[in-house]
Amino acid sequence: MRTVYTKIEQIVGNVVTVAASDVSYRELAQITSAPGTAQQRSSLAQVIRLEAGRVFLQVFAGARGISTDAEVRFLGKPMEVSFSDALLGRVFTGSGVPRDNGPVLTQNMVPIAGPSVNPSERIIPRRMVRTGIPMIDVFNTLVESQKLPIFSVAGEPYNQLLSRIALQAEVDVIVLGGMGLKYDDYLFFKETLEQKGALARSVMFVHTAADPVVECLMVPDMALAVAEQFALQKKRVLVLLTDMTNYADALKEIAITMEQIPSNRGYPGDLYSQLAARYEKAVDFQSAGSITILAVTTMPGDDVTHPVPDNTGYITEGQYYLRNGRIEPFGSLSRLKQFVNGKTREDHRTIMNVMIQLYSSCKEAREKRSMGFKTSAWDQKLLDYGDQFEREMMDLTVNVPLEQALDKGWQILASCFEPAEAGVPSRLAEKFWPKK
Amino acid sequence: MSSTRGKVVGVNGNLVTAEVDRAVMQNEVVYVTTGPLRLKAELIRVRGRFVEMQVFEDTTGLRAGDDIEFTSTMLSAELGPGLLGRVYDGLQNPLPELAAQTGFFLQRGTYLPSLDRTKQWRFTPKAVVGSSLIAGDLIGTVPEGIFAHRVMVPFGHPAALTVQWVAPSGDYTVEEVVARLVDLNGGVHEVCMMQRWPVKLPIRAYQERVRPKDPLVTQVRIVDTFFPVARGGTYCVPGPFGAGKTVLQQITSRNADVDIVIVAACGERAGEVVETLREFPELIDPRTGKSLMERTMIVCNTSSMPVAAREASVYLAVTVAEYYRQMGLHVLLLADSTSRWAQALREVSGRLEEIPGEEAFPAYLESVIASFYERGGLVKLRDGTTGSVTIGGTVSPAGGNFEEPVTQATLKVVGAFHGLSRERSDARRYPAIHPLESWSKYPSLVPIADVEFGRKLLRRGNDVQQMMKVVGEEGTSMQDFVVYCKGEFLDAAYLQQDAFHDVDSSTGGDRQKHVYGLLVQVLQKDLHFHDKDAARTFFQRLLQAMIDWNRAPFGAPEFQSGEQRIRQMVAEVTSTREASKAGAS
Repeated sequence: MRTVYTKIEQIVGNVVTVAASDVSYRELAQITSAPGTAQQRSSLAQVIRLEAGRVFLQVFAGARGISTDAEVRFLGKPMEVSFSDALLGRVFTGSGVPRDNGPVLTQNMVPIAGPSVNPSERIIPRRMVRTGIPMIDVFNTLVESQKLPIFSVAGEPYNQLLSRIALQAEVDVIVLGGMGLKYDDYLFFKETLEQKGALARSVMFVHTAADPVVECLMVPDMALAVAEQFALQKKRVLVLLTDMTNYADALKEIAITMEQIPSNRGYPGDLYSQLAARYEKAVDFQSAGSITILAVTTMPGDDVTHPVPDNTGYITEGQYYLRNGRIEPFGSLSRLKQFVNGKTREDHRTIMNVMIQLYSSCKEAREKRSMGFKTSAWDQKLLDYGDQFEREMMDLTVNVPLEQALDKGWQILASCFEPAEAGVPSRLAEKFWPKK
Repeated sequence: MSSTRGKVVGVNGNLVTAEVDRAVMQNEVVYVTTGPLRLKAELIRVRGRFVEMQVFEDTTGLRAGDDIEFTSTMLSAELGPGLLGRVYDGLQNPLPELAAQTGFFLQRGTYLPSLDRTKQWRFTPKAVVGSSLIAGDLIGTVPEGIFAHRVMVPFGHPAALTVQWVAPSGDYTVEEVVARLVDLNGGVHEVCMMQRWPVKLPIRAYQERVRPKDPLVTQVRIVDTFFPVARGGTYCVPGPFGAGKTVLQQITSRNADVDIVIVAACGERAGEVVETLREFPELIDPRTGKSLMERTMIVCNTSSMPVAAREASVYLAVTVAEYYRQMGLHVLLLADSTSRWAQALREVSGRLEEIPGEEAFPAYLESVIASFYERGGLVKLRDGTTGSVTIGGTVSPAGGNFEEPVTQATLKVVGAFHGLSRERSDARRYPAIHPLESWSKYPSLVPIADVEFGRKLLRRGNDVQQMMKVVGEEGTSMQDFVVYCKGEFLDAAYLQQDAFHDVDSSTGGDRQKHVYGLLVQVLQKDLHFHDKDAARTFFQRLLQAMIDWNRAPFGAPEFQSGEQRIRQMVAEVTSTREASKAGAS
């Protein structure tokens, strides 16, 4: 029988301190109100610091209502999650408690936030994930095992985009990690997955905006631990994390409570390492499955230099900018696209580069026009091109396979330019330029 | 256990506090043991009975009362034949061998020898019995891939030693004794092929440092022609995310004209190392005809691996670079990214509750960065040969803002600055090195006057472009407009390079001299056009021809014909003007 401690020395924010011995770092504890207290509360908590005989515990359900004589019982193990196929179709909170009235799962517990993959066991990604969205498939191809955030601002349809990609991508398992999700958005995901018949291959770990903030911190680790187990069973897993900015804010809250020196706008100095440890779980195993991570990072004030999107950009393999309901070609980037877009069709890379360069020139022409300057014949061509490009490529309602999108690209180019003006290598122009 | 003289009293992230009752050494390697686990750590602060250590592993499960083991040695690298072609983590554990033991995941507390203890190397003695040697002098050689690996007197010996015995030619493992040396007091020192050196101390067993002046050809046109790097020089590549730092480094690691490349992947994406790891063994080095991996060593401590080992990884990389430099070889060290290392320093500094400097980086950040880059350099060895360590570090400034502390501290100590810009990468102008903001203090491949001409043209072209935004194209004179077109043409035809095209991705030194020479000739000509649309069309066509030319292999028939075509196109524009001039007179 392990000792029960009943003397909490300090309560600051969601962190309580108790004098205890024989406790290990990151161990779990159960905190229960003393018998007879009016507010009966019980919550899991995790050890986040050991200091000269004192133990700091982060209380998952929040420290509100915890009395100094509450019982603290250490469980002798770190945070774990149950893993089996019984997870499919289920919804849990950040601490692994069912949210859907289903049974509590206790078999085959696996630790969360496990060690990272040995880099020498990784392989070069090789499979494209087809989404039917030209701005992704043609210009910034999504690749299996990629980690990619959608940079957006509040109000953009990022969750809709996320669910559309999830449903159209060919994957075996979808794991959704919701952090600070609006309750409506949680229901939106659940209903969409249900309607499209995808709930049976999905697992959801959801922390809504109304839940205790500490649970938010557990969501990515829970979701990724489960994803990792599925991947080891040769499943191709897609992990959706929305919204990682809420996760970073939860980190900030705990760091400030623990009196850490903040580095940039109040965020802790290890924000990069914390985010990287999660995103780097994306992997393609040589002889097993894969994990692809698609996340949402909302940018406060549409500011990409804000610490969260900034650190994220350095970690992830590209990013999609969602702005005004469209995926912006500038700034959006898939770092892994060159592994797959050389093998699709020989004109893929050329269309990708040429169309963006021309669209960039079109933007300059628009600027010129808006300032009231005379537009040259060349500017006029660019302006026509830009309008067509936005209408037939960028619009998110366009839903065509890659090959059709490439053909469409040639048509747009041919309707606006001569081959030399477009800057297409002569060899490809001969083959693909539509004959009039 | 008798060696145990410390007990853990606190754990905060990777920082562990212990109480000790013996003499300890700053930066000593210690092990924290809990149950069957034995975690490596470095002692970083002593305060009375309490010492603080940064643990190179995840600290989950450590408890108060766990034992501390002291080693009385600083964190050291194993140096000897067999380093090339290997992939190590920041503590010099060979990663493929770790995978063989622990599978897909890195299990903490597993440490393996860095050099293969069983492999035999063919040793040829060079030292003469009775001769007097000092640290770094040659004892013998063993073939390692394409190099004659020098077995040297260990760098730590302070005074002259007399050779008493040298092993005859034969096969030896790295731990077998190959020489016995006697010091002035008669003490005998046994030397084997492997020696250990503390990674945080520079190796100084050379005659003198000399000034780097020979260009190191990277085959990236904008670098070699405009912002060159010298052998033994240092340079930095800061840039916001997505601007192409890593692609640039990968291209450099493939094409750079050096003997050995050491890649230190420090706190960056694992996927990027994997590319190098999987592709290099299959790529052939054109200079040697052997696999690129034979000249490469990779230190890989990616972002999800333990933070404290980031620091160890850059020091390990530079120590190995210095070791091969002692053999008269030219070594290029690519560190990606030094910002992650600085962040690791910041994390530890925060846990130590040190008074923070700018953006919470520790106050000693600048001196740490400076002393790291100062380990690069060109040296003259005692046998008259030269060796060099060139250091190229990427910097990942927060928000892409070069004013931040790590970029500023780095700029002070490097010889070339390749600043990547978001503006250029958004416009797909790769490599996105900004031609107006970057600089280099090293000499270029091409004549300085030509470089100056190019820079001036780019600057003037940019000025005209800015002006045109205000006054419009119709308010711009024909002459200015042509300058603008020329500037844009030079940018698109020469500075931009397709990293994924077989030919265009690597432009050798001779080709650069040839192509840039022709470009300067073309751009110095006075070109006249009827109107601006004619000028624009001409440059568009010329650019098309130029892009085709860049993609033709150097010296191939299509290269010759491409050049012919460009000369002709230019001649048409020039000759009409001269003809009309002749008609007017």
